[in-house]
Amino acid sequence: MNTLVPLPVLLPILGAGATLALGRHPHIQRWLSLTVLGGVAAIAAVLLVQADRHGPQTVWIGAWPERLGIVLVADRLAALMLLVSALVTLAVLAYSVGQGMTEDEEGAPLSVYHPTFLVLVAGVANAFLAGDLFNLFVSFEMLLFASYVLLTLGGTATRIRAGTIYVLVNLLSSTLFLISLAVTYAATGTLTLADLAARLEELPDHVSLMIQLLLLTTFAIKAAIFPLSFWLPDSYPTAPAPVTAVFAGLLTKVGVYAILRMQTLLFPHSPLTDLLLWAALLTMIIGILGAVAQSDIKRMLSFTLVSHIGYLVLGIALGSRSGTAGTTFYVVHHITIQTALFLVLGLVERRAGSTALMRIGGLARLAPLLAVLFFVPAMNLAGIPPFSGFIGKVGLFQAAQADGRALAWALVAGGALTSLLTLYAVAKTWAVAFWRTPLEAHEALEAIGATDDPDGEPVPGHDTRPVHEHRGHVHTAGGVVSRADIEEARRLGDDDMPERDFHTLIEAGEDSRHSPRGMLGPAAALVTMSVMLSVVAGPLYAFCDRAAADLHDRGPYLSSVLTGEDQ
Amino acid sequence: MTDVNLTLVIVSAALLGSGVYLVLERSLSRVLVGLVMIGNGVSIGFLVAGGRAGRAPIVGEDGDSAGIADPLPQAMVLTAIVITLATTAFVLAMAYRSWQLYGHDDVQDDVEDATVRRLATIDVTSEAYAATTSDFPGDDSSGDPGQGPDDDPRGNQAHGKDPLGRDPRTGDPAESDPLRADAAEARGADS
Repeated sequence: MNTLVPLPVLLPILGAGATLALGRHPHIQRWLSLTVLGGVAAIAAVLLVQADRHGPQTVWIGAWPERLGIVLVADRLAALMLLVSALVTLAVLAYSVGQGMTEDEEGAPLSVYHPTFLVLVAGVANAFLAGDLFNLFVSFEMLLFASYVLLTLGGTATRIRAGTIYVLVNLLSSTLFLISLAVTYAATGTLTLADLAARLEELPDHVSLMIQLLLLTTFAIKAAIFPLSFWLPDSYPTAPAPVTAVFAGLLTKVGVYAILRMQTLLFPHSPLTDLLLWAALLTMIIGILGAVAQSDIKRMLSFTLVSHIGYLVLGIALGSRSGTAGTTFYVVHHITIQTALFLVLGLVERRAGSTALMRIGGLARLAPLLAVLFFVPAMNLAGIPPFSGFIGKVGLFQAAQADGRALAWALVAGGALTSLLTLYAVAKTWAVAFWRTPLEAHEALEAIGATDDPDGEPVPGHDTRPVHEHRGHVHTAGGVVSRADIEEARRLGDDDMPERDFHTLIEAGEDSRHSPRGMLGPAAALVTMSVMLSVVAGPLYAFCDRAAADLHDRGPYLSSVLTGEDQ
Repeated sequence: MTDVNLTLVIVSAALLGSGVYLVLERSLSRVLVGLVMIGNGVSIGFLVAGGRAGRAPIVGEDGDSAGIADPLPQAMVLTAIVITLATTAFVLAMAYRSWQLYGHDDVQDDVEDATVRRLATIDVTSEAYAATTSDFPGDDSSGDPGQGPDDDPRGNQAHGKDPLGRDPRTGDPAESDPLRADAAEARGADS
């Protein structure tokens, strides 16, 4: 019994209610939500120390007899995830406050932002702490609903288009989750993870395999594992920068966490190694090939996000202590790095007016600080030593090499290739967006005849350019649409895309010269945190290893939940 | 689990099947109806999972709990219903907004994909490739000598503004597009 355990969920929920009521006082709202998230981070840190020293911390909500209640468990893994997510969300919230103070978020109702963000945080925390499957479902719904609202903030044309796909895919995955819950309950009569761990072993193999595959599919959609990853690069980039950052950092990782928990606690004897290794390989390779093809930095990063989920799945698939430790470390690294990159990208977009590679250039000279802030996490993402990305990848490769089967070696090769291609993708971005001059960018645009004309000619990035046209219907690569639809969409405008490229903006003196400190500070803090991960890599990796040992032992978790004793 | 209610199973399966069919539609309102049907099908599935029907699950002072229905699946179904309600409201709002913006509520394709693909056509069309294949009707290099510019099947489009800046009659790229112009020269040289 530890009364601290429910607080990372309760505080943000209460905060959400309070900030909603205080919608007319944005100043109080901001400080309240920042305080709440700061508090959550502090509590998560305390829980981390307690879980490390005294074993898993549990609370039975309601304290019903016969284990009828809802159990929350903070073991080493959950506490670590809580702490990282709290720190990251704190930075993102500070960043969005900085953004909100200097510009009205495209007229979006800002009073909704804070409550929704806090609900999202509560959902994420609840997912990490959930000790039974139904509670996990509820937390998924909490964070998904918050994410629906955040993704379609303002209800602009692009966000509605992208949001539709995101919402539908996630609704389907939630339905699938419900179905697997019904099947699990029918087969075992319980949904508490600790009870399930024992009862699933008594089931016939084919029944437990079906339950496992159902749950895996559900979580694989959330985690964006190939072939269930196609919704992600389409929907994430359209959201406001801080929203994309927190989605990219946390939401997919919640899915990965659920898979990790389920594979180690519920199905330790059925690791499905081959299946997951193939999924990991394909996720890596196909994701990164997508990233290489992109012409917009946000989308490029969304594809690398998908691709690097493959590394996480690799560690889980191996089903060994070293693999799990590698995944745990890589999750921490990847949450930080991906969020940091998207935050910096928000600043780039603000400075250069776009994130389309065609339109920007010369940022290294015009905004050196931004360039450094982009360069460091980008190299980290690619896995250049001595950054944490390198350490995490080495850990995973070592685990794969210890496994020894041919497919695991193929994964090592695929991982190395993915790492190189990531380097290629970010280096291309660096060379184009930061190194060349804006004038070069402008001339390159002119060379392909795609400079912006004042008379409303279509511009690249304005997407609806047809591949060819036939009898009143325009064949875009995405499918056939009527000409009228395209004109309409163009008239409404792609709200996120400016009409002019960076060079034109500079010539007109309309580029925004100063990045507000409120945005720069949190982004710099996250980049620093990602660098610090390399500094503290030794102790952190040792901690991840202990967490992995707990997961594979199962003993501490089960005894803590079932007998309610803190060791 | 010997006493499964077959009616419930059939109803659940019928709802799920019809729901899946509707979800495959393009129109968001139909998709929504499909999702609601699937949601109801799953809720009924939970009733099947809960086992035998029984008394209301209230344990009196005598502590007699024999023959009561399993309350847990019902609690879960209630939660799921509430969530489905919120979902319905949200998707409806989105469909309405989509109708406001676009005049329809169809789920649309990813437009950035089209941009990337278009870049690919600009990048990789080699002269040899351009000489042997053509996307455009009316292109002489397609190896069909009977089809000249005058037979352009898109005659009804001739006055429309081609968004690619191509000459609407020949389908050839305009001068402002040097990469395409190169390819056009190559084709011209061949024919």
